[in-house]
Amino acid sequence: MTEREQMNRNLAQMLKGGVIMDVTNPREAEIAQEAGAVAVMALERVPSDIRREGGVARMSDPKMIAEIQAAVSIPVMAKARIGHIVEARVLEAMKIDFIDESEVLTPADDRFHLDKRAFAVPFVCGARNLGEALRRIGEGAAMIRTKGEAGTGNIVEAVRHQRCMSEEIARLCSLPKEERMSFAKEIGAPYELVCQVAEEGRLPVVNFAAGGVATPADAALMMVLGSEGVFVGSGIFRSENPERRAKAIVTATTYYNDPKIIAEVSRDLGEAIRGVEISQIPESQRMENRGW
Amino acid sequence: MLALQGSFAEHLACLGRLEGVRPLPVKTPADLARAEALILPGGESTAQSRLLRRAGLWEPLKGRLAEGMPAWGTCAGAILLAGEVVGEDPHLGAMDIAVRRNAFGSQLDSFTARQAIAEVGPEERALVFIRAPWIERVGPRAQVLCRVRGQIAAARQGRLLATAFHPELTGDLDFYRYFLSL
Repeated sequence: MTEREQMNRNLAQMLKGGVIMDVTNPREAEIAQEAGAVAVMALERVPSDIRREGGVARMSDPKMIAEIQAAVSIPVMAKARIGHIVEARVLEAMKIDFIDESEVLTPADDRFHLDKRAFAVPFVCGARNLGEALRRIGEGAAMIRTKGEAGTGNIVEAVRHQRCMSEEIARLCSLPKEERMSFAKEIGAPYELVCQVAEEGRLPVVNFAAGGVATPADAALMMVLGSEGVFVGSGIFRSENPERRAKAIVTATTYYNDPKIIAEVSRDLGEAIRGVEISQIPESQRMENRGW
Repeated sequence: MLALQGSFAEHLACLGRLEGVRPLPVKTPADLARAEALILPGGESTAQSRLLRRAGLWEPLKGRLAEGMPAWGTCAGAILLAGEVVGEDPHLGAMDIAVRRNAFGSQLDSFTARQAIAEVGPEERALVFIRAPWIERVGPRAQVLCRVRGQIAAARQGRLLATAFHPELTGDLDFYRYFLSL
């Protein structure tokens, strides 16, 4: 591993225990920072808007991203379409701190993800299971997040993905060495990374929860299930009182194992994002199925 | 070990490898009351600062630092300890140093330096700077421990220690022994 790859993984380590918030303008970015976000994700439309409005979702306007970079001192992330080499190069040229190669945007390549090792900037990628996570890490991702189902305000898919990853890691760790190659074949993951996970009992990079977090309790649930931090997309700035909700989610993420504190911060937050039942979303419109 | 956000697990793992140390995560005022010394980890200083206030740790921690509790801040932790933060209000204000946040630049400017720090040991060691601050100047009560790329990267004031880099990421136990020896 190069020194650059190591330092990019290190930046993800600095975000642990924290909340990364989707923001669409400098004002929201400032609110997020003030609430205690560890980073912001700059994007023009949050996932619930993309879901409602449809059309092709692309990288955001560099002007808007630059304004957000100027507004806050915490790291700024931005999304590039899956496989869109040039969008990623543009974000890198803007000295963005982290690129999310994201299924929330419309994929630009229906077969290949980015060769993330060809970039100096770190990448975070979504995953539903261990195989997908290790394929992305194999391509150079410095951080993994669950895909969940973005923009739904429904935590069930993120829970499924986090549990699936933990179960597969536990199973892998229980296998005799000679079974590792077949396991790698079965889950479609690089053998060397499978061996590393078996030795260390965890992913080689930081793993956050994302996709459907709407309440402080949702954020704490993901931490209880083993996530190392939380992305909140539409859940904050599409709720009734973003400022209070943002603060509450940050506090609940730190004190995930203290129900009294979570009860306290969850009081009187106003309406959460309304939310969508997953079975009401046609299979073809599920963002989590994007990526290969 | 302040355990609100950031690289506290890495610090705790390093502490666990040392003899005669009982590592304790600090998340509440009751935890703090049991601690004899405190490490403030890397992470985001704004987030940690907000959490310190919400946790009711702000005043007790300031009080303990004023009473002379040994403390070591790495990166964000150093920013929390500094008496002056360029362009912002200071946080705990325990050390007579001024720091500049993200002074080396964005993540693309993060780097690893290799050099010896005389106070810690004669060997060359890897110093990892992640969106790091630098120490702009030290007051008369503090001393410079090392400079990297012409900037102050570590300082000491009695039993207080500030490093712009992350010994918890390289597992550099010499730094922990040095802190414990102060």
